[in-house]
Amino acid sequence: MSEFLQQLINGISLGSIYALIALGYTMIYGILRFINFAHGDVFMVGAFVGYYVTPHVSAALGGSIYATGLVVMLIAMAACSLLGVAIEKVAYRPLRARPKLTILITAIGMSFFLEYGGQLVFGPDPKSFPQLIPAGTVVNSQNLVIGINSIVVIMTALVLMFLLRLIVYHTRIGTAMRAVSYDHRAASLMGINIDTVISFTFVLGSSLAAAAAILYASVYPSINPLMGIFPGLKAFIAAVLGGIGNLYGAALGGLIIGLTETMVTGYLSPTYRDAISFTILILILLFRPSGILGKYEAEKV
Amino acid sequence: MRPVRCLLMGVALAALTLIPSGCGETAKENEILIGEYSSLTGTTATFGQSTHRGLTMAVDDINNAGGVLGKKIKLITEDDQSKPEEAATAVTKLISRDRVVAVVGEVSSSRSLAAAPICQANGIPMVSNASTNPEVTKKGEYIFRVCYIDPFQGEILARFAYNSLGIRKAAILKDIRNDYSIGLAQYFSEAFKQMGGEIVAEQAYSEGDTDFKAQLTALKPAAPEIILVPGYYTEGALIVKQARELNMTVPILGGDGWDSAKLVEIGGQAMNNTFFSTAYSADDPDTVVQNFAKRFKQLHNEPPDAFAALGYDAGLILFDAIKRAESTEGAKIREALAATRDFRGVTGSITIDAERNARKPIVIIAVQDGQFRYRETVQP
Repeated sequence: MSEFLQQLINGISLGSIYALIALGYTMIYGILRFINFAHGDVFMVGAFVGYYVTPHVSAALGGSIYATGLVVMLIAMAACSLLGVAIEKVAYRPLRARPKLTILITAIGMSFFLEYGGQLVFGPDPKSFPQLIPAGTVVNSQNLVIGINSIVVIMTALVLMFLLRLIVYHTRIGTAMRAVSYDHRAASLMGINIDTVISFTFVLGSSLAAAAAILYASVYPSINPLMGIFPGLKAFIAAVLGGIGNLYGAALGGLIIGLTETMVTGYLSPTYRDAISFTILILILLFRPSGILGKYEAEKV
Repeated sequence: MRPVRCLLMGVALAALTLIPSGCGETAKENEILIGEYSSLTGTTATFGQSTHRGLTMAVDDINNAGGVLGKKIKLITEDDQSKPEEAATAVTKLISRDRVVAVVGEVSSSRSLAAAPICQANGIPMVSNASTNPEVTKKGEYIFRVCYIDPFQGEILARFAYNSLGIRKAAILKDIRNDYSIGLAQYFSEAFKQMGGEIVAEQAYSEGDTDFKAQLTALKPAAPEIILVPGYYTEGALIVKQARELNMTVPILGGDGWDSAKLVEIGGQAMNNTFFSTAYSADDPDTVVQNFAKRFKQLHNEPPDAFAALGYDAGLILFDAIKRAESTEGAKIREALAATRDFRGVTGSITIDAERNARKPIVIIAVQDGQFRYRETVQP
């Protein structure tokens, strides 16, 4: 039983990080109807921003670990927001009127650009991420250990998701976002500036990716320019699983993927881990093509 | 915008100037071309960077001493990005386009196994600097290595755990997609069981994973007294760190795949009470070692790890063989390589045996407070 509880904690902590990345995929899909494959690499850049600014922030704040962590996370979120907006302006906006496939391929190109450009700028070798969450435990018995880092990850993810919900459902720009996601043209006829809304969506998505990156790198402190590929892929699956375009779906999907991976690895074999995650995805798509919480959309011909 | 654009232009120009030097080299009259494929980027980049630095130093040394057969050695290096399929492509290119006379590489057994059949088929001698899986040299009579092999390494690790640490119950966490890791785990458990020890649990991961808490949590109820992690340094450090977070304080043991300064950079204080086996220690008081370490440090501002030493030795043994063969023909170099006896390298005295493996000593390192401490040397 205690082993199961431990695996549950491990899984929720991993799943919260997937959920944060998945939210970015899902929001951009919701607005633009395409998968931003460069999202995982924005996540990677977030981790590197954290890596480079931490020593300066730590020196400026006199070494308080939680304050440093918070400021580093805010800086990384700001930097990635700029990056996200820039990517959208340079790579996606000029192609918005083209077929969706064009923009999808561009996204893959942008992803490669960031990965291999990252190897050139940051260097290809793995770097050790500074400690931003204190070592130590909250619960520490013989059979169950809950580290401070698991709690910080889960709490931060919850707070960020709550803030996101607040923005999307209780602000003007959030209302505009939802309007644009229903119908671009109708929204622009209502006086909504589509470009601003799309840029803002990229700000939100990319800053969540950056926050996830800081949490991820704090728990798994080895970062490299290709680190975004796998978490990106897993989060993409999570977003589709939960129902792409649906915020709650992304959070739920992230948790399901995190828990499944942990349980399969712990009780079956890590060899089956990805196979089972994908099988679940296929099963859900067979019976609910729009994902667990996604709504069915009739294609108008 | 302007500085960014300038920077991008600069990067593009730099990339353009790099390309011509990378493809289609041709040998000049007074040069001998040697090919190297190496993981300069990717998950095990420090291995490739280290062996490359060692080999470059060997090339400079031999050329400063007048070269081989009256000619200079020219090294052509290809990056395999830490991927087996890229290793195969790189070696094909080195042999068919650059027409190198011999190939040096790789550290990873999976990559050497991908490249070896190509060298064998073309009759080009290949010297692996650090691939320890026994299968590598079984690919054919043109494939050699300058490091020890895993049955020996596994046995030494088992003896160290059983005798020096007095441990009877071990658990294993291995990389399921890596030939080196699977082999080392198998040889360790065979030797450990034969001595009377018990393997109480086994778990696996895949290279590139970052979360190992599920596996470690599953190992915990078996109450192992030691955990063997026969993988590479990135995963090794993360596994140790997460094990300590889960209150698993037992010693953790690794192989030569752990030998990188990144191990303690990533793992930090969690790495205390861990040990690994490797080919060499920079603390070794031997004059050959100290001389090499001093010169390496002058050049690169850091002490050489075992892979730099092995890279250096791989170069020296190959050049020595070409000298003795008095020819750059593949078959003749092969014969001379096979006849290498008691060659004094930085990583000890090296003799190539009938299976084209090197018989040489092994070193156990203890990690303590972010430092690698020399613990003991075991002779073959």
